[in-house]
Amino acid sequence: MTTFLGMPAGGGNLTGEPFPQAAREALGNAQLRRNLAKATGTIRAKRANVVGELPDWAQLRAAGAAIKDDVLANLDEYLLRFEEALTSRGTHVHWARDAEEANRIVTDLVRATGTREVIKVKSMATVEIGLNEALADIGVHAVETDLAELIVQLGKDKSSHILVPAIHRNRSEIRDIFRREMPGVDPGLTDDPRALAEAARRHLRHKFMTVDVAISGANFGVAETGSLVVVESEGNGRMCLTLPRTLISVVGIEKLVPRWQDLEVFLQLLPRSSTGERMNPYTSVWTGPTEGQTSHVVLVDNGRTATLADPDGRAALRCIRCSACLNSCPVYERTGGHAYGSTYPGPIGAVLSPQLTGVDRNPTLPFASSLCGVCYDVCPVAIDIPSMLVHLRERVVSAKRATPESTAMRALAWAMSDARRWRRLVRLGKFGRLASRHVPLPGWSTARDLPQPPKETFRDWWESSR
Amino acid sequence: MSARDEVLARVRRAKVSGSGSGAAAPVPREYRAAGTRGPGDLELFAERLRDYRAEVRVVDADEVPTAVAAALRERGARHIVTAPGIPPEWTAGWAAEQARAASAAERAAAEQVAAAAAEQAAPQVGEQVAAAAHEQAARGAERAAARSGTAELSDPIGRIESRVPLGGDAREALREMLEAADAVVTGCHVAVAETGTIVLDHDAADQGPRALTLVPDYHLVVVRAGQVVAGVPDAVAALAGVRTQTWISGPSATSDIELERVEGVHGPRTLEVVIVRDTQ
Ligand code: SF4
Repeated sequence: MTTFLGMPAGGGNLTGEPFPQAAREALGNAQLRRNLAKATGTIRAKRANVVGELPDWAQLRAAGAAIKDDVLANLDEYLLRFEEALTSRGTHVHWARDAEEANRIVTDLVRATGTREVIKVKSMATVEIGLNEALADIGVHAVETDLAELIVQLGKDKSSHILVPAIHRNRSEIRDIFRREMPGVDPGLTDDPRALAEAARRHLRHKFMTVDVAISGANFGVAETGSLVVVESEGNGRMCLTLPRTLISVVGIEKLVPRWQDLEVFLQLLPRSSTGERMNPYTSVWTGPTEGQTSHVVLVDNGRTATLADPDGRAALRCIRCSACLNSCPVYERTGGHAYGSTYPGPIGAVLSPQLTGVDRNPTLPFASSLCGVCYDVCPVAIDIPSMLVHLRERVVSAKRATPESTAMRALAWAMSDARRWRRLVRLGKFGRLASRHVPLPGWSTARDLPQPPKETFRDWWESSR
Repeated sequence: MSARDEVLARVRRAKVSGSGSGAAAPVPREYRAAGTRGPGDLELFAERLRDYRAEVRVVDADEVPTAVAAALRERGARHIVTAPGIPPEWTAGWAAEQARAASAAERAAAEQVAAAAAEQAAPQVGEQVAAAAHEQAARGAERAAARSGTAELSDPIGRIESRVPLGGDAREALREMLEAADAVVTGCHVAVAETGTIVLDHDAADQGPRALTLVPDYHLVVVRAGQVVAGVPDAVAALAGVRTQTWISGPSATSDIELERVEGVHGPRTLEVVIVRDTQ
């Protein structure tokens, strides 16, 4: 495996088909492109509006980046402080080296309760480690309670967006899934979003009132106090966190913030960047077991330390999963999330997935971008994704053995190792012609946008169409 | 090596490899900090709440009972629950209305019985029956008055402290009670004008355990002017040390279908806020 310093890589749902092939399939799906264009267009406008309202957005962004850098620079200390704060209040803390170990811990805890069913709050970490599958293996059904996750689950589908996992589905597709898969649903259900939300409310109400074990993630963990924070919209999170007797929270080790005060920054950055609201409808904070619950926290590495080890890649761990970079990315808008083959799609996925798994298991993702730079501009914690992509492209190239591909890769790497040089070449169309004429790389030059000699480059197009 | 020690060892190894690791640069906090923007603007707060399609009433302190009663009446609430520690006067207006309505209903029913009895029996017997029925109606009305308002439902909930472990039966009972209630009334800890946010402290008696404000479909919050702060940093400062919190910004909503906002999924579908002006 090719991780930094040979640090152990992560497993779980982080790899798929190579991006060029998967993207080609997606590009042939006109319905998918229409659904995505509509949804991301809406959210981009909302985000721009509420971000523009804050006169101190730039300062908040700088603080957000610096707080996360502090976490990463002193992660061992903050983890110990967090553990101490949690255990002193009676929360049980577990540590997992990788996906498999995390799943084993959670399935053991669930098995001990004797339940056949658990309710889940939307959590990227549990999708990443493949927890639902692991629970199914021990005969426990995990009920997704977030509307979009429910749509994905009932449709036997995969998430394609980190905030709105069913963004690739439009209302009539959702109505069809509900009619087909939701027990006891009204056969006359319409595709009115209100009616669809109401159907989900009825479907889940009984589960909320009766299932006694819940599984959540966390958006933030406060090292100083041991508080956990879940940010959501529908109230399904509150239901899961409040009513069941046992609560198990699966938390990536990078989710910490050092101090309670730091939430004043992130509770401004996150809602405005993600759903484009001044504040999301509900945020739950709990500190230790509450109202008689038994509470467990599972701290997961799964390739995060491998990411931390690369000084030029570690900033990807600042990510607060707002999804602004996905919503703004011209490549994502055309290919959708499935093409990235990982739980984390879009620009952040292109830099995070290969680092979590090692670049050899995700060699194509760092190339799934036109380096247009919009993802950096919108990122609330200022992750310089374009430069990181260039760096990871170099890592992919140097990891490759001398294959016929590697000469071309090296040429690509030279061109791509400087973002300005790359943009210039692309704009001139020179590199496109060079690549497609002289380099026998069918996988690269057909599916990727860049090596085609374009009349209008991606970047020109993007800039002119905004 | 335990997973814990191994993960920590990996973190330390990763740190060493990073250039300039260890002390990160100090965090620049040049954004609008807590305490720098004065008190929250009530007009802005009300406007932001209305943007989320929450119902808002702005009243003076002595108008709270009337405003709460009007809100609950318009909602058609019949069984309400309240946080145990809210000032009793908040719901006093509504309780009195309910008692009047209940006693009027019982009296009317008793009179009907008496009239029917008087028609069927001999006149002198009829008079006796009518007198007895009237007496019964008066006692019924008293009972109804005692039972009405929040007493029947809020008492058992009031006794369930948020810190007390909820055993199987108590839990079930609480859920049933909350499902039967069609409105919940609470106070709050702090509110944010800029974002239209209300924050509950679930260890506070006037805000109650978490399930209280989650299960009923309608949540009425009374916010005092002094609780409204300007921005998020002010609220975070006011919430230091508060263990269990719920931040509420409008009613439950989802944007999961084509990113179009739909209000009301799992949490309360209607949020109503009574903002109490400072009147000195
Ligand atoms: S990389 Fe930045 S913009 Fe993208 S999801 Fe993470 S925090 Fe949001």
